[in-house]
Amino acid sequence: MTTLLQQLANGIALGATIGLIALGYTMVYGIIQLINFAHGEVFMVGAFGGLAVHRWVLPESFRENWYVSLPLMLLGGMAVAVAIALIMERFAYRPLRNAPRLAPLITALGVSIVLQEAIRIWFPNADSAQPFPKAFVDSQITIIGLGPDGPEGDVSIRASQLLLVVVSIILSVLLQSYINRSKMGRAMRATAQDPDTARLMGVNPDRVIVLTFVLGAALAGVAGVLYGVDITNVDNAIGFQNGIFAFTAAVLGGIGSLRGAVIGAFIIGLIKTLGGQYMWGGTQYDYVWIFVVLILVLVFRPQGLFGEAERVRA
Amino acid sequence: MSPLLEVTDLSVAYGAIEAVRDVSFVVEAGQIVSLIGANGAGKTTTLRTISGLLRPRVGSIRFDGVEIGALAAHNILNLGIAHSPEGRRTFGRMTVEENLLLGAYTRDDKAAVDKDMRNVYELFPVLGERRDQKAGLFSGGEQQMLAIGRAMMSRPRLLMLDEPSMGLSPIMTQRIFDTIRELQSQGTTILLVEQNALAALALSDRGYVIDLGTTTLEGPGKVLLSDPQVRAAYLGED
Repeated sequence: MTTLLQQLANGIALGATIGLIALGYTMVYGIIQLINFAHGEVFMVGAFGGLAVHRWVLPESFRENWYVSLPLMLLGGMAVAVAIALIMERFAYRPLRNAPRLAPLITALGVSIVLQEAIRIWFPNADSAQPFPKAFVDSQITIIGLGPDGPEGDVSIRASQLLLVVVSIILSVLLQSYINRSKMGRAMRATAQDPDTARLMGVNPDRVIVLTFVLGAALAGVAGVLYGVDITNVDNAIGFQNGIFAFTAAVLGGIGSLRGAVIGAFIIGLIKTLGGQYMWGGTQYDYVWIFVVLILVLVFRPQGLFGEAERVRA
Repeated sequence: MSPLLEVTDLSVAYGAIEAVRDVSFVVEAGQIVSLIGANGAGKTTTLRTISGLLRPRVGSIRFDGVEIGALAAHNILNLGIAHSPEGRRTFGRMTVEENLLLGAYTRDDKAAVDKDMRNVYELFPVLGERRDQKAGLFSGGEQQMLAIGRAMMSRPRLLMLDEPSMGLSPIMTQRIFDTIRELQSQGTTILLVEQNALAALALSDRGYVIDLGTTTLEGPGKVLLSDPQVRAAYLGED
């Protein structure tokens, strides 16, 4: 029982991280039908942006107070992630806007490798685990008494896990309401549904596409920093694994659907932790169950759980 | 005084295939002008080029005396040209109201936008009654009303309507044509593309026949209506 609760808590925290990344995958796909495989690396770059701010920008006195250092690290992570996404959209994807769809897809894989290598070269020792500051309340909530075996039976949830879940949910809701209510959100939905007619309404497609990349990158940057704070170390490969999970979450939820991406991410987080705990092969095989579920869903519901019928809408 | 819209020797190609060649016509302010012709004659291509979705290969498009052939679609709307595209193309997963707001996307005068929206609801009461419903739930005729209303929301000086009667019942077609006349009387200049040549010419100050990508005949609507060539080709008489 305690183990189950513990893994549920871990799965939800993992799902929160993946969800923030998956939103970027699904939004970009909704607007330009591109699977931006480099988006996982934007998350990774965001984490390093936060780390760089802590290491090289923040004065010693700031680092001790998480309520000063964490917001600044989040801003740094977002800024770096957004800058990278802007460069990537402008120079890698925009020239291929009218090319066959395979061209930007292969380019995305290329951009992904470029970003991983760029961080490896420029950030000292980024290819091995770099300690990440615990820039948040370093405590955990312990729920006692659920098991007969004393402290061993306690369920503990790190404060940083709670932070991840809360921030992820708040940002998802904010994004949803921005896209549903604001004028630019309306332009994004129009472009997703019918780009030519959106242009006839006076919508500048470049502005919509740039905004989409910026929103996705900002969320990935936040995810990167909070992931670092929670896991307490990062390297230049974290974007690959989490990016694959997030992409899978977006497909599982129905690519193009915001709600689908978030729900898909929580499902994947739970499958990974519960599968690693209870299924044959333990954590060595936890990946396998994610893809087994993905395959099963796609066999019976190829558009994903919330696919097509509602795209970028809700 | 230059005409509101002047298209001269326009040619447009999709890759190697020339869909429009040497199309020329003039739309004077306040008029209803229709382009008629068979399916595939190049009428839709002509409108899509005027609104900037396609680029002219050669030729000129002048609006209010200014060459607009090289402008992007989103800038052309700002000059005062609205385009209600073939097949209506309403945003089916958005509400009526959101569709109309998109029509006013480039405007910032919220009070005037609200007023124009009320005007659309007055013109088409069914849209007002169901303003919170998704456009995809509406019938073809209702979607056509929405497409026209949406195009009017930018307060265009020139309204281009591509096949507004397509797929509609005769009664609904009549309503749409009545609306077009009403919009003209309110001061909007209209460029109409229609396969329903009879109804379009009866309404038009001027008509142009486009055949195989080229303007072949022109004249006042009533005159074209009685032209034996037109009657034979487009009105099914011999």
